[in-house]
Amino acid sequence: MNVLWLQTSGCGGCTMSVLCADAPNFFDLLDNAGVRILWHPALSVESGEEVIALLERIVRGDVPLDVLCVEGAIARGPRGTGRYQMLSGTGRSMFDWALELAPLAQHVVAVGSCAAFGGVSSAGGNPSDAAGLQYEGSHAGGILPPEFRGRAGLPVVNVAGCPTHPDWVTETLMLLASDALGPTDLDALARPRFYAEHLVHHGCPKNEFYEYKASATRLCEIGCMMEHLGCVGTQAVGDCNIRPWNGSGSCTRAGYPCISCTAPEFEEPKHAFTETPKVAGIPVGLPSDMPKAWFMALASLSKAATPERLSKNAVADRVEILPSPRKPRG
Amino acid sequence: MSGTRLVVGPFNRVEGDLEVSLDIDDGAVQSARVNAPLYRGFETMLMGRPPSDALTLTPRICGICSISQSSAAVHALAAAGGHRPAPQGAAMAALIHAVENAADHLAHFNLFFMPDFTRPCYADRPWYDRTVERFKALEGAAPKQGIEARTALMHILGLLAGKWPHTLAIQPGGVTRAPGPRDKVRIMASLTAFRRFLEGVVFGGSLEEFAAIETPDALMAWDTGDVGLFLRIAADLDLDALGRGSGRYLSFGAYPMSSGHGFDPGLWAEGRLDPLDLSGLVEDLSHAWMLGETSHPATGQTLPDEEMRAEAYTWCKAPRLNGQTYEVGAIARQVVDGHPLARALAGGGVLARVAGRLLELARTQGLMEDLARGIEPGAAFMDPAPDVQSGTGAGLVEAARGALGHWVRVQDGRIACYQIIAPTTWNFSPRDARDVPGPLETALVGTPVAEGETTPVAVQHIVRSFDPCMVCTVH
Repeated sequence: MNVLWLQTSGCGGCTMSVLCADAPNFFDLLDNAGVRILWHPALSVESGEEVIALLERIVRGDVPLDVLCVEGAIARGPRGTGRYQMLSGTGRSMFDWALELAPLAQHVVAVGSCAAFGGVSSAGGNPSDAAGLQYEGSHAGGILPPEFRGRAGLPVVNVAGCPTHPDWVTETLMLLASDALGPTDLDALARPRFYAEHLVHHGCPKNEFYEYKASATRLCEIGCMMEHLGCVGTQAVGDCNIRPWNGSGSCTRAGYPCISCTAPEFEEPKHAFTETPKVAGIPVGLPSDMPKAWFMALASLSKAATPERLSKNAVADRVEILPSPRKPRG
Repeated sequence: MSGTRLVVGPFNRVEGDLEVSLDIDDGAVQSARVNAPLYRGFETMLMGRPPSDALTLTPRICGICSISQSSAAVHALAAAGGHRPAPQGAAMAALIHAVENAADHLAHFNLFFMPDFTRPCYADRPWYDRTVERFKALEGAAPKQGIEARTALMHILGLLAGKWPHTLAIQPGGVTRAPGPRDKVRIMASLTAFRRFLEGVVFGGSLEEFAAIETPDALMAWDTGDVGLFLRIAADLDLDALGRGSGRYLSFGAYPMSSGHGFDPGLWAEGRLDPLDLSGLVEDLSHAWMLGETSHPATGQTLPDEEMRAEAYTWCKAPRLNGQTYEVGAIARQVVDGHPLARALAGGGVLARVAGRLLELARTQGLMEDLARGIEPGAAFMDPAPDVQSGTGAGLVEAARGALGHWVRVQDGRIACYQIIAPTTWNFSPRDARDVPGPLETALVGTPVAEGETTPVAVQHIVRSFDPCMVCTVH
């Protein structure tokens, strides 16, 4: 299976993240799975005319394209011309190239939330009129229509995340290479289920604080960050706390909130990223699949039952009160 | 080849999008124009938002300098609020940042720069077979070993910063996670493993011995490891003479901490060191697709020219300090910091820039180890900063690729102005109103181009010697 990788309007961070793939390294991992990189802008030797020649061979059909990976949103501005990002040396916009190449590929993979939904490249009034490949924010239809399918029949596979986890990308490519990723393996936003069927909340080391609503009030305190600090890990999809990042990390493990970077429009939370908006002191945006009244009832009950260990530790920058050992029997 | 124009692109193994136009005559580049062909508009995205949003959004300008952007935003907001971080928090922010910079230097050498010497045009050189074996893109041993060592080093970022890139761990008050004693020994373990890789494979010798080299002759005599291979190539191809710089260097000073900078700030020109004074700094818009006035970044604007007028040729503004261009990067930092080898290489070309990076990599290892040893697990790592309601501030840091500045103005608790000058904005700036070309444009003049070359390999060496980051350049 061959892969052509284009970096469109984004930061290149998903490539930087994927290079952190652990054991085996990214190159061996793909090679062992029979995935061959036709060209990658950060990794291949070919530059300039050699690349243009390759793109022309793909367009002519001389090189069949198995997977087109697109990293970054597509800039459509100014005024629909796409000239905010030209593919250098070609005199054509990346918008134009993406539209030409996508229908030629067996599979189109959007690497990261920009390519999937527009992401941060479309933040703040969207100065470059950026969109995702098959979504514009949470609306179906990006530069490609909702009904677009790769030649093998899948919609654009949205490996969303800002950045994506290295394993999300490599496992998606390995599944495609072994013909083991079907339409039912994607969620409603075409994200691979293997990571999108989990919530960031799952495995979060702050779970016990969450259970008792023992909350951190400032970044650096170790309590739950949902009530005050903008954490949406209970609603955000991702297995970030099940398989960690860079060895042992995750956002919440490092003491800062989940901002749901795998979701469309996470870049516009309509409030400061690290603050929880509240109405009458009650956080808005409670877990989406739980009746609000039940949540409130459980929260007030668990708050009343919070052990001192948790209420004190929640507002400390490290554990101050240890779990007490069980009393010796007899 | 005479009187031709070459447009070189897509230019890969640089971060982001780059196009270079060359006028060629008599087998050499007569003039060059550098185009940064991607505009996203981060500065305008930030307008009207809560100041703390800059900490989430600006790292996402760039996936390779993410922590540098984070750090610049942190310092800008701290300056606007008149706040100082907890000293141990600032030290951890410096360690987090140093890990990114060390990883970037290694990635540049192993993944971006060296593969060009595996091109068939060098097949007759005595070092060719060894270089192919080590550095062939995607397949050679060095790219694989390099990303494995980088991945292991970045376990420090998993521990301290949650993930890389795009962390929110660094805040104006310090860092969000207080490392304990076990983190300290784990960080030391990761650093020791990285040292073993650098000494065993990259340098083939002691980092301290490499960092103690004072003269170009002693440098060229270093014949072990991948560094030795590079120096053999550099001597054979005379990479010192290729793409020489102006010798004017700028550094904002790396790793600002309560105890001072890891590498000092300053200006170097005409063989003299001066203190950093940015009062004469402007961004010139004459050849950028930007509207508005030439101005200091504290009062600058970002208004893209949707017409893309013909006399301009890039989205990149042209920073000038006291009317002059400055080169930034590892060599600039090491020259300004006073390292004797760097000073001796000042004004040099491809060799100086790459050697400056290797020198800094060797020195940064010691710096990271000192920071890790200095962790006080019982200390405060955060002195929380109140939200900024109004004020102005500049965040001046050093990314791997050179001086990075954020200038912010906050009014009524909202961002009223945000301007960024990134390292490659300096190095790859276009011409200014006096038609003075930017540092890369100048360095490319005189580069030999062989008959029939469409993507001249010498041009590629020069461009990549700057380690450009184009996504930061325009932002």
